[in-house]
Amino acid sequence: MDIVVLVKQVPDSGSERNLDPADNTVARGSADNVVNEIDEYAIEEALQLKEAHGGEVTVLTVGPESAADAIRKALSMGADKAVHVVDDAMHGACAPQTSAVLAAALQQIPFDIVLCGAESTDGQLSVMPALLAERLGIPQLSGARKLTVEGGVARVERQTDGGYWALEAPLPAIVSTWDTINEPRYPSFKGIMAAKKKPVQKKSLADLGIDPSTVGLATATSQVLDFAGRPPKGAGVKVDDEGDGAAKLVDFLATQKIV
Amino acid sequence: MAEVNGSEVLVLVELNPAGEGVRKTTLEALTAARALGEPSAVVVGGPGAAAAAKAQLAEYGAQRVYVAESEEVDQYLVAPKAEVLAQLVAEKQPAAVVIPSSPEGKEIAGRLAIKTGSGFLTDVTEIAPDGTATQVAFAGATIVHSKVTVGTPIYTVRGNSVTPEPAPGAAEEEQVAVQLSDAAKATRVVDRVVEQKSSRPELTEASIVVSGGRGVASAENFSIIEALADSLGAAVGASRAAVDSGYYPHTFQVGQTGKTVSPQLYIAVGISGAIQHRAGMQTSKTIVAVNKDPEAPIFELADFGVVGDLNTVVPQATEAINARK
Repeated sequence: MDIVVLVKQVPDSGSERNLDPADNTVARGSADNVVNEIDEYAIEEALQLKEAHGGEVTVLTVGPESAADAIRKALSMGADKAVHVVDDAMHGACAPQTSAVLAAALQQIPFDIVLCGAESTDGQLSVMPALLAERLGIPQLSGARKLTVEGGVARVERQTDGGYWALEAPLPAIVSTWDTINEPRYPSFKGIMAAKKKPVQKKSLADLGIDPSTVGLATATSQVLDFAGRPPKGAGVKVDDEGDGAAKLVDFLATQKIV
Repeated sequence: MAEVNGSEVLVLVELNPAGEGVRKTTLEALTAARALGEPSAVVVGGPGAAAAAKAQLAEYGAQRVYVAESEEVDQYLVAPKAEVLAQLVAEKQPAAVVIPSSPEGKEIAGRLAIKTGSGFLTDVTEIAPDGTATQVAFAGATIVHSKVTVGTPIYTVRGNSVTPEPAPGAAEEEQVAVQLSDAAKATRVVDRVVEQKSSRPELTEASIVVSGGRGVASAENFSIIEALADSLGAAVGASRAAVDSGYYPHTFQVGQTGKTVSPQLYIAVGISGAIQHRAGMQTSKTIVAVNKDPEAPIFELADFGVVGDLNTVVPQATEAINARK
């Protein structure tokens, strides 16, 4: 089975993140760049599919040179090879543009199934599987907490409020995963060493047959006009419970007209 | 910039899964859409869906109701609704499309954007008459103003960020023929399973949320969180630490890798307030915290905090609230 897993490098959500005031794009220098956390679950799921069905796992990443670190992480977990689309023209690309680039790259990689994380911690759009399914004309099985593949059919439990939807579609298909689907493995020392020798193919927009002027900030389908830090909250009231903490809390709720 | 002028705005209706009318998110979307023009509600669902929704749609300003009913649309994931909307965008040339920001709503918006060659903005908290949308980024730390620059602007409106306001609407019905393409029938929804039946409000829609964290210390002890929630008619949430420890199911997780909530009142009990959690609740209007650690970062966000043992403070508060009823 040919498996492609989409991996995104994002600013660490545990640190202070910012937009760049020069052009209102994500400031990639402001925080450590890491693999988007939920993508690790997609990588793990890809490795488990390979273990069950055979085949190869290809990592596909779109991003600046620094995204090579994210690719190494995926390769050290056990993916076989990678394609890194890197092109300065992509700076400031919007989601529809990025989906066009990923779709073009996927047309050059044979696949039975594409896996990705259900959400990135920076943009938080949760739309990439839908955009790629639309562009590639393949089924979308998004938001999975469980995936099984059997006889050319993918079955997913799509996580919902208070339950799940059972989805079914023929391969090739795109599946996105939540962090409920598995427990990602840690890269072993052997895996880290092996990753250094695994092939990473770099591709430019031209390699994908995409006109660079159709991608990037200048032609993005939406634009950030301005941004500001959220105004800091005024210091609240903090009381020590000396037997009357609950009463004071309820009094506060009463001033808010809640009780 | 794509011009948004005072004309028709399509609003996709999110039906109540229980089969009774529309979800509150629909009324919020109708209210937000009125900043841009005259809202027309679009009902895509099984036969009879529009009839059950019509009164509420009229009450919240829908001038027209496009009725796209078919047995088939609910049998497939996301794509049928995007296809119906794309057909309407082509026919009606609306000024914009507004969709409630559920996981499905965002995916519909994305597919519609590709089909119509448009830009889209997700999780907007406000739409201005000139089409500028407000979004919160980076765990609520940054406020962003954005605009769609290409095609028919598509917005998804984040739950609980717009207060639904009634306005008279004619809700004139127009039938829309549904002819799904094969591509729209790619992913079959075989079953919809409800595992946790709860009489409590939906987490993302609730006006009050009471959440428990690691400090609650056991699954059994979450009953004190539930009791406080029930005294306030609130939804129950949990931090990632509580979910990872097996105290409460994942579907109730609030935070970066769970739900984002923005209620009128958020009560955080035994939650330290790591960025993972703040990401999901930072934009709540009023925040109350109970924690035994006076240095817990959650107190930086709290309008009112109690430093104390949650096992005494929370049951006492529940009792006092119930006594006031």
